[in-house]
Amino acid sequence: MELNLQELNATEFPVPVELEDNIAITSLSQLYNWGRRNSMWPMLFGLACCAIEMIATASSRFDFSRFGFEVMRATPRQADLMIVSGTVTKKMVVPIVRLYNQMPEPKYVLAMGACASGGGPFKEGYNVVSGMDKYLPVDVYVPGCPPTPQALLYGMIALQRKIDGQSIANGDDVPWYGVGSAEPTPVPVLGPDIIDPRQMDMIRRQAESAARDMEALGLRELPAITQIVAAKAETAEAVAEALPADTDALNVVLPTGGTPWQEAEDIREKRRLRALARKALRATRRAAQAEGE
Amino acid sequence: MENLAAAPEQPIETASIDDAIAYLKSNHPGAIKLDDRAGYEGIIVDPDHLVDVARVIRGELGFDYLSSATAVDYLGEGDHMEMVYHAYRTGGGGALVFKAQTDRENPAIPSLTSVWRGADFQEREAWDLYGIRFPGHPNLKRILMWEGFHGHPMRKDWREAYYEEELKPFDSRWPGGHVHRSEEKNVFGKNVNYPTDIDLNRLMDSSESAVYESLGLGVDVERIMDKDGFETNELVVNMGPHHPSTHGVFRMVLTVDGETVTSLEPVMGYLHRNHEKIGERNTYLHNIPFTDRLDYISSMGNNHGYVLAVEQLMSLGRKYNPPTYRCEALRVMMVELSRIVNHLWAIGFWLNDIGAFFTPVLYFIQERERILDFFEAVAGSRMMCNYMRFGGLFGDLPERIKSVSNLTNDRVRDYNTMQFLTEMINERIPRTIDELELLLTQNEIVLERSVDVGVLSAEDAINYSAAGPLLRGSGVAYDIRRADPYSIYPELDFDIAVEEEGDMYARYRVRVTELRESVRILRQILPRLEATKGESIWADGKPGAYQPRVPHGEAYGRVENGKGELGYYVVSAGGRGGSSNPWRYHVRAPSFINLTPLGRMSQGYKVADIVGILGSIDIVLGETDR
Repeated sequence: MELNLQELNATEFPVPVELEDNIAITSLSQLYNWGRRNSMWPMLFGLACCAIEMIATASSRFDFSRFGFEVMRATPRQADLMIVSGTVTKKMVVPIVRLYNQMPEPKYVLAMGACASGGGPFKEGYNVVSGMDKYLPVDVYVPGCPPTPQALLYGMIALQRKIDGQSIANGDDVPWYGVGSAEPTPVPVLGPDIIDPRQMDMIRRQAESAARDMEALGLRELPAITQIVAAKAETAEAVAEALPADTDALNVVLPTGGTPWQEAEDIREKRRLRALARKALRATRRAAQAEGE
Repeated sequence: MENLAAAPEQPIETASIDDAIAYLKSNHPGAIKLDDRAGYEGIIVDPDHLVDVARVIRGELGFDYLSSATAVDYLGEGDHMEMVYHAYRTGGGGALVFKAQTDRENPAIPSLTSVWRGADFQEREAWDLYGIRFPGHPNLKRILMWEGFHGHPMRKDWREAYYEEELKPFDSRWPGGHVHRSEEKNVFGKNVNYPTDIDLNRLMDSSESAVYESLGLGVDVERIMDKDGFETNELVVNMGPHHPSTHGVFRMVLTVDGETVTSLEPVMGYLHRNHEKIGERNTYLHNIPFTDRLDYISSMGNNHGYVLAVEQLMSLGRKYNPPTYRCEALRVMMVELSRIVNHLWAIGFWLNDIGAFFTPVLYFIQERERILDFFEAVAGSRMMCNYMRFGGLFGDLPERIKSVSNLTNDRVRDYNTMQFLTEMINERIPRTIDELELLLTQNEIVLERSVDVGVLSAEDAINYSAAGPLLRGSGVAYDIRRADPYSIYPELDFDIAVEEEGDMYARYRVRVTELRESVRILRQILPRLEATKGESIWADGKPGAYQPRVPHGEAYGRVENGKGELGYYVVSAGGRGGSSNPWRYHVRAPSFINLTPLGRMSQGYKVADIVGILGSIDIVLGETDR
């Protein structure tokens, strides 16, 4: 919310008449937020197509300076807001995380467009990160491919609203306040594929078990397929558990093949049959209910 | 036969392509055979003789311009790898297509960098994505992915972590009618594919030289950094991938001696979003919106090249209707408007780079907004127009251009379309160009900064496969709209912009002239649109097949886009009687290949000139990295 001086003067605190126009009374949080929200400097930092619309937003027809996003700064040390404008690739996420670590607190991240929000049209790609939020905390997501300048402006105003709601008294709102700089986000590593150091234990466990599985299956590579199969088997089991046990139709047993691909096919077939059975079950129940009524 | 022999013999440098092939066959008996697969053209050269044959093609036959070199993996269709080369004459005419085949297990094909320097990056890309080795290549390193990446991703048997099925539409997304999302199948919610021998400690090398690892010949980091003492003035400077003047996520590593650049190495791949891999899973139609996102400044031009390539393939089949005249006229209009947008953008940001920070750009973006308003009204989107279709277009012009934003203060946006176009083409755009010329063309600072800077000679420009304003700024009058015409360009009256000097200023002037020529073309298009009013944009009055089955064969569709020659190499194979998904979908990206001579162009100039030189090439990273 904007600071309205007239409103601020109308308080329950007694202000001498001669000072009424010179004194405003407000909370510290509000004053602090007012300062932050109206001097939000984005980083001059474009990734892909969305960057072009970001430039259009900065230029005279739309002009985000009107809302306090005054100037874009090329160095992260002077920036408050990182607009992730475009597809985040595995090769590029390393410098992005490094840049984020170099920004001083308080800092915000706005994911502009489908790619930065969740991978977008390029999500299937082998070099594409499915969304900036896999690595950095994102404050505002702006949908679109690319978002129009109006949409980006709306997203930026949404960020200002978010700041308005924060309170210094609440440590969760402003974790940096009074405690100094935060721990840096671990920078991902480019190995055989991208590696998030925070997940190293999990990755190692997974790689080991995948190796065991593959040895058992006589395979050489492609651990991801075995993961997929395992995940699918889990979901299938979870579905089976959640269902009532009183139907034989649900316990479909199919001959399982030797390779993970066949297994995946089998699971898919099983799920399809289960879905059909569930549908039939629902229909019979509905019929029984109707009869009962 | 006697008559033919008696006719004055045409010099072999300008002979027809058939004669050229016959000449090659007589010169290299046994090394050459015709490519007789249905729908294919050109010759297949024995890899052992490839370099010799290429020298003859370039030197004696006059095909001096290597437009495209790319790999195809024919897994299951003969089980071999193939390199496909398209060579052209800068005098104009069609392509001499030659290919070299190798096995999939240990693929190796001799490098052609000694014949055409323009093969450099393209061969590195083939090594990176297909794993083909090129003996004789000076710097065979990965170019788009990082060193140490797992596998060669464009091979047909390589599967990405989000792999679902070979071809779209994916059945797995709605098994039994139940839609589910691909991330449900991924344990970590991240699209990664870790191999088993992972060792983080080995990978976490944060030393200085690790930053420059995987760089090539251009910069010898070890030599410079290992110098002890304070005697040296030579430094390694890293620019990018986050840098305000690299036009996106592009990186350059330069060595400088004082202020003078001694060598420069472009590093790319920071926006490599796997366009081609996704494109080969997609159906033909799916790819049109993806082409928008290549050179995202001029999406209409990208659409055009792709539909030309696929139409070329479709014309091999029986049921194919070529586009109507109105459709062609509309296509040309959109492409020329895109070219104007592209050149305004390029000039504006180049001026940014040489110090006119953001003032000119703001005026150019205003003009661009007008054109985007028009695109939005016609195609529904400002930037990603997705407008062209095989044999037609998404839609005809609307009656009126209205506001789509529902803003109450945007009521002004309600124009008659033809009136809007007429005013824009006859008044607004020429006025902007005049203003630009008045303030900049003779501007002292512009002249000081750009004359005789970043010089590229005509021979080098051809040899490095430079394209577009970069080639024409070096004095080579090669414009595909004239050299190998397509659409209705032959009947339009316009000149090729060309300048002799080969410096930054020459490229700037080429762009300004092209702006004027585009306006000239647009002025000829307007009466054609009036005359064909009411005519359908589809050949038989209704849209063609939504998902066409494309006959087997190969096609190379190329257009003169704002940044240079944009080519699409599309192979249709697999399936019976035609395919619904491209087997190979390759983009010959001008922004990518135009960077090959960057190192050479930058040598000897000051650090401050480097961003200007890069800006004068005019790259866009979506297309460079694809």
